[in-house]
Order: sequence, then structure tokens, then C-alpha cells
Amino acid sequence: MKYLKFILTGIFFGIVLVKSEAVSWYRIFEMFRFESFHMYGIIGSAVITGIILVQIAKRKKIKNIEGVPIHPTPKDKSITRYLLGGLLFGLGWALAGACPGPMYILVGTGAFSMLIVIIAATLGTFVYGLIKNKLPH
Amino acid sequence: MDLILQPWPWYITGPLLAIVMFLLIYFGKTFGMSSNLRTFCAMAGAGKKSDFFKIDYKTQKWNLMVVFGAVIGGFIAHFFLSNETNIQLNPHTIEKLQSFGFENIGKALVPPEIYNWDAVFSIKGILILVIGGFLVGFGTRYAGGCTSGHAITGLSNLQIPSLIAVIGFFIGGLIMTHFILPLIF
Repeated sequence: MKYLKFILTGIFFGIVLVKSEAVSWYRIFEMFRFESFHMYGIIGSAVITGIILVQIAKRKKIKNIEGVPIHPTPKDKSITRYLLGGLLFGLGWALAGACPGPMYILVGTGAFSMLIVIIAATLGTFVYGLIKNKLPH
Repeated sequence: MDLILQPWPWYITGPLLAIVMFLLIYFGKTFGMSSNLRTFCAMAGAGKKSDFFKIDYKTQKWNLMVVFGAVIGGFIAHFFLSNETNIQLNPHTIEKLQSFGFENIGKALVPPEIYNWDAVFSIKGILILVIGGFLVGFGTRYAGGCTSGHAITGLSNLQIPSLIAVIGFFIGGLIMTHFILPLIF
């Protein structure tokens, strides 16, 4: 069962995000009003821990389970696509109150109307694929 | 046990999220939840319409398994590892939401004013979910990642493009929260 580790990682991810309340529309709203440190604490401590883990992995040349040294893929250099795409994403994030991870997780908590958001997000990705060559990147 | 049932503090959950990211890198993959939306398109045959979806979606099966797990994780956390939902929001946040006409604020993970079926089946309600979802799906692919891929993985790897994307996320989120949501509610 080579996929078991991914299912378990997903379960862990889902539990952590629900227990952190980061899946909540209310917490996203509060974050964008700068009225709580909570979400900044989550993202900030995740990034700091992440930087430490990635730096250790690179310096100690830790290999992944496929035997390849750990080195996350660098992102392509650009400003336009990240700023514009990010801005559109942010508008949707604050409106629906869910980004792609929480969307799935919330379905598990019984928020089935989130399925509409997932379908709409899939449609959004589809439309991006259709017109991507016409957009500035 | 009560410590488990209570909401977990940010200084516990933040580092645990970094571990999720690191586990996926260690498994030779990457932490990127929005990529699954592209996989859904490819599975539905979108490759006929755009080369962007001509991907062998079987290579993405691992990520669909993460999604599958995340749904189960949400179920377990909400129904077995939590007390009744009662999110301790800032009183100013609650006041603002009351001025929108929201009630029972923080008593559910998502506001019933947007997500319960009465709201969903109103014109305004369905537009909120569809437009919100659409912008997330479109924006994340345009930006090449979402909160997991850019804010956590990208920033952990000190990627300037991810920092630009996260700044974009915040500009969009601030515009929506401060200027558009007050017009909608």
C-alpha cells in the first residue's frame, strides 16, 4: 500500500488545520482585519520551522525516500503572475474563507456546501488553463 | 484529553504544518493542495481543450490521497477530537460581523449566513460561493500555488516569487475584507 503514507499525512494535515481553527472563515476575516495574532502565529511559526527543516536537510544532504537529496524546486522568476494571481486568489480566499486545503477538510467536518466552492475552484483552474497564453505572466 | 479537545495554540499547529510540508518533501513530493484542482480538470478530460491539462494524472494520485486523508482528518478532528465549536474571536471582529447581520458568530467553523443551505440557495449566497471558489481556483494556478505551495513551502525555501505571491494574497484579502464584504453584507 504505497499510498498509505500519503493518506496518513493527509489525515494529520486535516486534524492540525481543524484544531488550529485555520479552516474557519471567521479566523480568515479576523486575520485580514488584523484583530488577532492567531493566524499570523500559525503561518509565521510554520515558516520558521519550515526554514529550519529545509536548511538542515540541505546542509546535511538528507536524501528523500527515493534516494535523491532534498531540494525543493525553485519557483520561476516573475512578478506579474505572482502579484496578479495572488491578488485574485486573495479576493477569493477572503470571500469564501477557504483556500484549497481547508476546502477539502471542511467537507470532512460536514460543511457539504463547500463542495460548490470546490467545483467553482476547479472551474476557475479550468478557465485559467484555457486563457493562460493570453495572460501576462 | 481536555487539552486535545480544546483548540490547539498557534505555536503547536504552525510547526506541525511545517512537518506536513517536510514529510511530503521527504516522500519525494511537494506540499501543494491547489495542484489537485488541475488534476480534477485533467481527469474530466480538459486535456482536449488545453495543453495545460495534458498531464498524466496517475502521477498525481499521491496528492489525491493527501486530499482524501485531509477529508478524513477533518472528520476525525471535528467529530471526535473537539469540544463544541466556539471560536474565541476578537470582540471587535464579532462587533463588525454583527453589523453585517451575522448571528451565532464563531459557533461553527463556517458562518451559516454563507454556508447553510438556505443561504446557498439564495442568489447572493450561490454567487458568493461560486465567485469565491472561482477566484481561488483561477488565482492559485495563475500564481502557481496557494497557501501551502507558496506561503508555507515557498517561504520555507526562501523563494522571492513566493513572497510576492503571499503579498498578492494579502492585497486581495484586504481589499475583499475591508471594501467588498461590507458592500455585500
